[in-house]
Amino acid sequence: MRKLLLEGLLRRPLTEPAPETEDAALAALAAALERAARRRLGRSLSIREVDAGSCNGCELEIHALNNAFYDVERFGIRFVASPRHADVLLVTGPVTKNMREALARTYNAMPNPKWVVAAGDCALDGGCFAGSYAVVGGVSQVVPVDLHIPGCPPSPTALLKGLLALLESVGSARTHPSTGSG
Amino acid sequence: MPGLSDLMLEGSRVQGHRPAPRAVVDPAVWNFTVGKIAEGHWTLLGLWGEAAAVHMALLDEDAGETAVVSLDCPDGRYPSVAQRHPPALRLERAARDLFGLTPRGLPDMRPWLDHGRWAESDPASQPYDFLPAEGEGLHQVAVGPVHAGIIEPGHFRFTVSGETVVRLEQRFGYAHKGVESLMAGAALTQAARLAGRVSGDSTVAYAFAFARAAEAALGVEPPERAQWLRALMAELERLANHFGDFGAVRNDAAFPLLHAHAAVLRERVLRAADACFGHRFMRDRIVPGGVASDMAAGSTDMLHGLVADLRQRFPKLVELYDKTASLQDRTVGTGIVKPPLARQYGAGGFVGRASGRPFDARRTVGYPPYDALRFDVPVLDRGDVDARVWIRIREAEQSMSLVEQILRGMPGGPIAADLPSRAGEGMALVEGFRGDVLAWIRIGGDGKVARCHLRDPSWFQWPLVEAAVEGNIVADFPLCNKSFNCSYSGHDL
Ligand code: SF4
Repeated sequence: MRKLLLEGLLRRPLTEPAPETEDAALAALAAALERAARRRLGRSLSIREVDAGSCNGCELEIHALNNAFYDVERFGIRFVASPRHADVLLVTGPVTKNMREALARTYNAMPNPKWVVAAGDCALDGGCFAGSYAVVGGVSQVVPVDLHIPGCPPSPTALLKGLLALLESVGSARTHPSTGSG
Repeated sequence: MPGLSDLMLEGSRVQGHRPAPRAVVDPAVWNFTVGKIAEGHWTLLGLWGEAAAVHMALLDEDAGETAVVSLDCPDGRYPSVAQRHPPALRLERAARDLFGLTPRGLPDMRPWLDHGRWAESDPASQPYDFLPAEGEGLHQVAVGPVHAGIIEPGHFRFTVSGETVVRLEQRFGYAHKGVESLMAGAALTQAARLAGRVSGDSTVAYAFAFARAAEAALGVEPPERAQWLRALMAELERLANHFGDFGAVRNDAAFPLLHAHAAVLRERVLRAADACFGHRFMRDRIVPGGVASDMAAGSTDMLHGLVADLRQRFPKLVELYDKTASLQDRTVGTGIVKPPLARQYGAGGFVGRASGRPFDARRTVGYPPYDALRFDVPVLDRGDVDARVWIRIREAEQSMSLVEQILRGMPGGPIAADLPSRAGEGMALVEGFRGDVLAWIRIGGDGKVARCHLRDPSWFQWPLVEAAVEGNIVADFPLCNKSFNCSYSGHDL
């Protein structure tokens, strides 16, 4: 136990800008996101995630944002348990009919200003599940979407870039930005 | 004792069903079969319907053989399997929702996947009658479908007495996307993409199972190199998931240090997969006939380097888990699945193997290239959270060795075979990280999918979660649930 803790202290942390350009670029990206959040919101960014019937692939990559390579929390990006504490609703999945009401309710429980980010190809228009009797076919059918992040699933990098683009594109004073699926 | 081949003689054999036989039987033979399953003579591998027929896939564990029995039911009714063999219950409720088949004598007639919202005219949910629980001082706690964390949607209804869970009742179907209806009439390539999106964490296993079932139906063998590349992807997927969940279970026991380190191992595997196969989850890389693309140049050395790195880091995490008394305190003796229950449900994967069921589709039914590879199938019988963790630790070690063996033995040659356009039926069982994925397919004369059924291992594991949490404290539920890590999307389909 102690050995691992010590190693954790002494060894170069994984999250420092690493020699690989990819990791350095990631750190820069997350830092930019933090600055944008402070500028736009005056504080860090709180995200409430809702799985509206995804295949769970998108969730895995959202989880990865918290691993030591990406570690978005150190940039003040937090995933919160209650919609009442959230600025951003991050939605995955084609929105199944069985999840439509739960998604709408979660959105309605969020205070203004609020933004919706639809993550993953099937969150745009249902993706390969479009046309099914059991699927609404895209997040924007149920709640207004401010930004869509493509990918199946979007990589952690793509997710970070998307969140940054969102913050850069919105004004701080507006209660609700223009909608559209980005 | 009758074997599956004897059973097949009792019905009319369906031509062109490969590699396992399928026979259409009469109600008497159907009931005889159900009796044998209920006695534990055969294991129920799956049950699915179509417009006027119902099918059961069976496993003879000792012989390592599988077969399908079918019963025509032109009036939409058939004798319920669940009335004598409870593991069929949810499958029969689902087949009723999807195909209107009525199992005569089904003990629970509530809908399962159908929440009464599929018709446009019917957007409001139907009330669902949870099982009553009566007694002094009992109260109910409802959780989901939206959870506090980043978790798939599902509903859990706890009946508790003080801190203790008296009963857990699950309600699922929130992630139901109608995958099988989308597959009907689809071209093989499109259906393969859908199969790879049934449960994202098992995209390789699903694409693998689908491809094998389709190849069996068409009577095609994929080239050797394709088979070895598939196994390489499957073992990388297993490693990524075992590492990720090893950490996540620790996190639910409030031990974030291990979580952080295990997540790093997972991320390393995903990055290696991306570098070799061009996608972090290796999605859409396995296709009917072979694989879509070969490994990138330099992959062999890179993967050897990855395994060397994992071999160095992983044992330290295991040691930390093993030596931390406060962790063991939470995991030992918690969430027990007794071996007879695991056997009755035919629970696959680490859930079954932690409860004394030694089944692993790579070994017991078997498929290439695993017959040419050396690996152990670890089995324990304590059935608690700790046992499930240890099985996954041992399996991760086996997968590291398998990756090395595959890299060393990788044959050359083409990576895909041409697919003929012909009708046929096929079934395949592939061992994903979570357990055996069953794929059954009927291809029509036009080369399109006429009917495809995909059965996630979670169908036979979720009910065991209900059993395992009974008598545990509510606070242990997240830990216990994570130690199973069943798929919601894979189950809801
Ligand atoms: S976008 Fe892809 S990974 Fe994400 S939920 Fe849809 S199918 Fe799954």
